[in-house]
Amino acid sequence: MRRRRVLWFWVFVGPFTIGLALFTYVPLLWSVGLSFFDAHNTVTPTHFVGLDNYVSMLRDDAFTGSLRTFLVFTAFIVPVTFALSLALALMVNRVRRARAFFRSVFFLPAACSYVVAALIWKMSIFNGVRFGLANTLLGWFHTDPVAWLSTTDPPWYWLVIVTVRLWLQAGFYMILFLAGLQRIDPVLYEAAAVDGARPGWTVLRHITLPQLRATSVAVALLLVVNAFQAFDEFYNLLSDARGYPPYARPPLVYLYYTALGQGQNLGLGSAGAVILALIIAVVTVGQARWLRLGRTEADG
Amino acid sequence: MTISRRTLLGAGAGAGVAVVSACGSNTGRGGGGSGGTALAQWYHQYGEPGTEQAVERYAAAYKKAHVTVQWRPGDYDRQTAAALLTDSGPDVFEVNGPSLDQIQGRQVEDLTELVAGVKDDFNSAVLAPKTYRGRVYGIPQTIDMQMLYYRKSLLADAGVRPPESLDELVDAARELTSRKVKGLFLGNDGGAGVLGGTPLYAAGLRLVTEDGKAGFDDPAAARTLGKLRRLYAEKSLLLGAPADWSDPSAFLQGLTAMQWSGLWALPQVQKELGDDFGVLPFPKDGAAGRPSVPVGAYGAAVSARGRHKEAAKEYVKWLWVERTDYQEDFALSYGFHIPARISLAKKAAKLRTGAAADAVRFTTEHGYAQPLLWTPASQVAYQDALSRIIKDGANPENELRTVVRKVSAELDRVTHTS
Repeated sequence: MRRRRVLWFWVFVGPFTIGLALFTYVPLLWSVGLSFFDAHNTVTPTHFVGLDNYVSMLRDDAFTGSLRTFLVFTAFIVPVTFALSLALALMVNRVRRARAFFRSVFFLPAACSYVVAALIWKMSIFNGVRFGLANTLLGWFHTDPVAWLSTTDPPWYWLVIVTVRLWLQAGFYMILFLAGLQRIDPVLYEAAAVDGARPGWTVLRHITLPQLRATSVAVALLLVVNAFQAFDEFYNLLSDARGYPPYARPPLVYLYYTALGQGQNLGLGSAGAVILALIIAVVTVGQARWLRLGRTEADG
Repeated sequence: MTISRRTLLGAGAGAGVAVVSACGSNTGRGGGGSGGTALAQWYHQYGEPGTEQAVERYAAAYKKAHVTVQWRPGDYDRQTAAALLTDSGPDVFEVNGPSLDQIQGRQVEDLTELVAGVKDDFNSAVLAPKTYRGRVYGIPQTIDMQMLYYRKSLLADAGVRPPESLDELVDAARELTSRKVKGLFLGNDGGAGVLGGTPLYAAGLRLVTEDGKAGFDDPAAARTLGKLRRLYAEKSLLLGAPADWSDPSAFLQGLTAMQWSGLWALPQVQKELGDDFGVLPFPKDGAAGRPSVPVGAYGAAVSARGRHKEAAKEYVKWLWVERTDYQEDFALSYGFHIPARISLAKKAAKLRTGAAADAVRFTTEHGYAQPLLWTPASQVAYQDALSRIIKDGANPENELRTVVRKVSAELDRVTHTS
């Protein structure tokens, strides 16, 4: 019997393990290996260079600049999405009529692809000529058209990048918050009302938010991880046939050009990827510890 | 993770294409039975209708091997770069290079013998970047070039004459700008991408010198690039147009009075504007300056990992050296390119009049091709700096100092590898 159990275990788990090993762990380890070699245009390099790739990556101001970009982006997008999706959830939760309609309407953008949304943002809403949507609005107030993605002073491109992500993500996190809200026992609100707590800020601050703790932690964590993986909308909004401008260039985009573009410097690119992976690991673990992920409300 | 997912999908799609095309070749023209040698040839996707059918016709006409053409849309440079790392890549492929790293990494075959005897018939400006230490690694197919298109009527209305110096260009762009029309379109990034080294050549400098040093370590470089900032700061540039510089739409729709674009846009511009346009090279700047236009050529290369390298070379020689009738057809019947062979360019009636004749003259007199030693790393460093100079108003001297340092390090690296 025991052998049979082992057999069945591998029948079910085996294919996934093989897939995971083949498509995730092997490339991952290979990449770590490459980062110690001079690997121009080859994945089987012979010239060992030790930590040279790491040193030049950390000395490369374009790379360190991209890390800064990415911190600024995360610091901004995480709280904003968090607040917006929580607000949406609170509102939708209180709606009495057409609940399904409102929920679907706000959730729908989550089904749209980043690439498609980025192209719509770039070509029709925020294009720089006078007949773009945003510029038509400005035109009503007799303001000159703004080249949203090409202007660095003020950095209007952030408006485009942040709004597209907000539009795409807020609905999804709204659903998570809604689920959390519906798990709160109505008795708590009734008790609060009896005790004289006025509905509104007091109730939100002392009942709703503490009860949403587990959901909030998960949402915050997911948002940070997602922000770290940002690539699609940046790439589709700002790249052109000749490359990528030196601003709003997150590390993944920069590494993409170094390693996979015409640069084909796979050693250097891998070193950058390892550095990035380490940063993500440290931040995620730190955040999980700090927010005490995995503990239930009862653990406090 | 995004990257690996993407690469995986790409690889999957690539494999799919390979399988599909392999099936197609087995059932379709498999009867050609030519000694069993099968060659895969890759092209990037040309926009002009008829080109794909044409290259398939050439391939079918070759009797010594069975050639399967793959027409590859999407990011072609990355596809070939990735395919050259594996055994399943093409035998023969066109490439906007090959790049120095590809040559030094021995990913492409030496094709010097193929052009023996006719080497002088190839345009030397475009053959040079395909030549490394005297050996030829790519055979130029057709020449493309870029130039400045201007609308004659708009210039006349504003009382501006076609600019002959960079200062005149800056002034003209400012005077041509109104609420509805911008003076000049250099691409949505403000020119950093498409102009590249062109302004440096217009200032009498170069990207890389003959002896492999950075060719713009000179005060004139900062002066010239600083003028591009004026175009941006005076709001004379069109930015954020729906179609980028390579497409003449912005120019044709009247969003801009002048636009930098490619020779390929000429037929469309001619069709829509008739005589109401002219073309210019990038105007000269400073006392040592001369006008400049960038030229480049897709070249045919042979992968060093192919199974039938000799057969592949023979095929390349047949198509891109011997069959001048096909070369002429390819360059002139579909899109609008200049044949890479001087003898063919001279014969072409289409290139003898009007703006096309100007374009050919600019190419011969003012054409420069990006040097082979100008690697992607140098390109990124320079382009980033140029973008900061144009958009952020960064100090050109400081920016260029950093670029010269990075480029010199990169040149050291590539000239010391064998």
